Amino acid sequence: MSAVVKLKTQGAPAAPAATVAHLPLAPAPFRRAARIARDLTARVLPPLVTLVLLLVVWQVAFSGGTSALPAPSVVWAESADLLLHPFYVHGTQDIGLGWRVLTSLERVAYGYGLAAVVGVLVGAVLGQSVWMMRGFDPLFQVLRTVPPLAWLPISLAAFMDSRPSAIFVIFITAIWPIIINTAAGVRNIPQDYRNVARVLRLNQVEFFVRIMVPAAAPYIFSGLRIGVGLSWLAIVAAEMLTGGVGIGFFIWDAWNSSRLSDIIVALLYIGMIGFVLDRLVALIGRVVTRGTAEG
Amino acid sequence: MSYLKISRVGKTFANGARRSEVLRDIDLTIAKGEFVSIIGHSGCGKSTLLNLIAGLTEVTTGGILLDGREVNAPGPDRAVVFQNHSLLPWLTVYDNVRLAVDKVFRATKSRAERHDWVLHNLDLVQMRHAADKRPAEISGGMRQRVGIARALAMEPKVLLLDEPFGALDALTRAHLQDAVMEIHARLGNTMIMITHDVDEAVLLADRIVMMTNGPAATIGEVLTVPLPRPRERIAAAGDPAYLKARQAVLRFLYERHRFVEAAE
Repeated sequence: MSAVVKLKTQGAPAAPAATVAHLPLAPAPFRRAARIARDLTARVLPPLVTLVLLLVVWQVAFSGGTSALPAPSVVWAESADLLLHPFYVHGTQDIGLGWRVLTSLERVAYGYGLAAVVGVLVGAVLGQSVWMMRGFDPLFQVLRTVPPLAWLPISLAAFMDSRPSAIFVIFITAIWPIIINTAAGVRNIPQDYRNVARVLRLNQVEFFVRIMVPAAAPYIFSGLRIGVGLSWLAIVAAEMLTGGVGIGFFIWDAWNSSRLSDIIVALLYIGMIGFVLDRLVALIGRVVTRGTAEG
Repeated sequence: MSYLKISRVGKTFANGARRSEVLRDIDLTIAKGEFVSIIGHSGCGKSTLLNLIAGLTEVTTGGILLDGREVNAPGPDRAVVFQNHSLLPWLTVYDNVRLAVDKVFRATKSRAERHDWVLHNLDLVQMRHAADKRPAEISGGMRQRVGIARALAMEPKVLLLDEPFGALDALTRAHLQDAVMEIHARLGNTMIMITHDVDEAVLLADRIVMMTNGPAATIGEVLTVPLPRPRERIAAAGDPAYLKARQAVLRFLYERHRFVEAAE
């Protein structure tokens, strides 16, 4: 005990007595608010600055009277109503962009929904059977590289109508990543789970619902997420050709009547919706697969 | 007398032209309610033997009879407690057991009875408190308890344990061994346990089946453990019969059938 004290007294003069300055600490709620504000600035500020800079560059570059494309100020002046009133209706062809987006989303919902169901089922069969895999995989690998619009003429020929054709294009575009990912997920189901199913004598349907889908869910959802992005790409392109009410046709129509500002606003809509769709599927995936991570 | 009869069973795995004989001429008869440990060096095919009994793997030669019926496919009458618990991570502890109970007793028990039966089996392994947890949220020992509860809940004719405690620390393992002994005493199940732990084999088993090294492994020796039940870990450890059995197994494993790495 005394030795310790001695050591301490010897050591003390060498180091100057630590001067601990007690900073006035804010009360806990304020500190938490401050931290949230700091996090928010760290996340929101950089993209905001980038956006403003881009707009400034754009404005400066396209402000001359001779520029082919409108500057942001021109876009705002000409097409602000499209942004501010997405859901106006002034006649059958003169409707807000919100309605057009909804029309496009409806087609995506049909085509993508069908692709999700068929894709997961076909992927499950492929993942389960080595021979099916060997038979179909090369075919699928070739077909998945076909660009969405290349399917359009043949589907127009088959359906003789633009609406089912557009839906088919969505379907055929979105299905490949869903099939391929589901098959990979099913192939990777641990043998242990299969053994459990065999001991319990689960039948095919029970195995599919109780084991296969949850076990392969992370893979399935990564396929679904790629698929939803592709179908949004495809619908805009398909609508430009098939006409109707969708956002894709709006762009084509605006181009034909030289409303460039409208096109730029439409691009903004498409980008935002695509982003939201991607995040939505990702979110559903996170919620659904929360329990599947092996602990 | 014979409840499970394994006659002249052999297993050869064929991979293209390459054939590897893992087991040859396995003969073993197990009585109802008996606890049998199978011990051997790693790679001797003891897990293969268990899979054959479970029906997860098909025999190449010979046959297995359980309660007068031939074993040729997996089924809940031969429930398996897998080495790495094999609980489905997306289901809660309750739902993992419930899945088995629903499947096995769909026709014979009502919903309420099945619910009670799940809880009863979780009680047996003292895991009722964790019924709503997912496997990732409980410890390794607890997961293995749930694995045992799931197997017990199927009311199997024979319970197959494939190195169930191999991945657990020594203290947890001791707790689970006690739990298994207690369950065996209470329910009188027929149990077959694969292990590579000599003490575990001696403490738990009525008979110890010792396997020779592969390839073409077979049963080298069968030792009866003459320890009275119920057995108590500390008392048993000093019992001359325990020590003698332990020594016999050690002698078999390390003198007569030393593990040769080059064998594979």
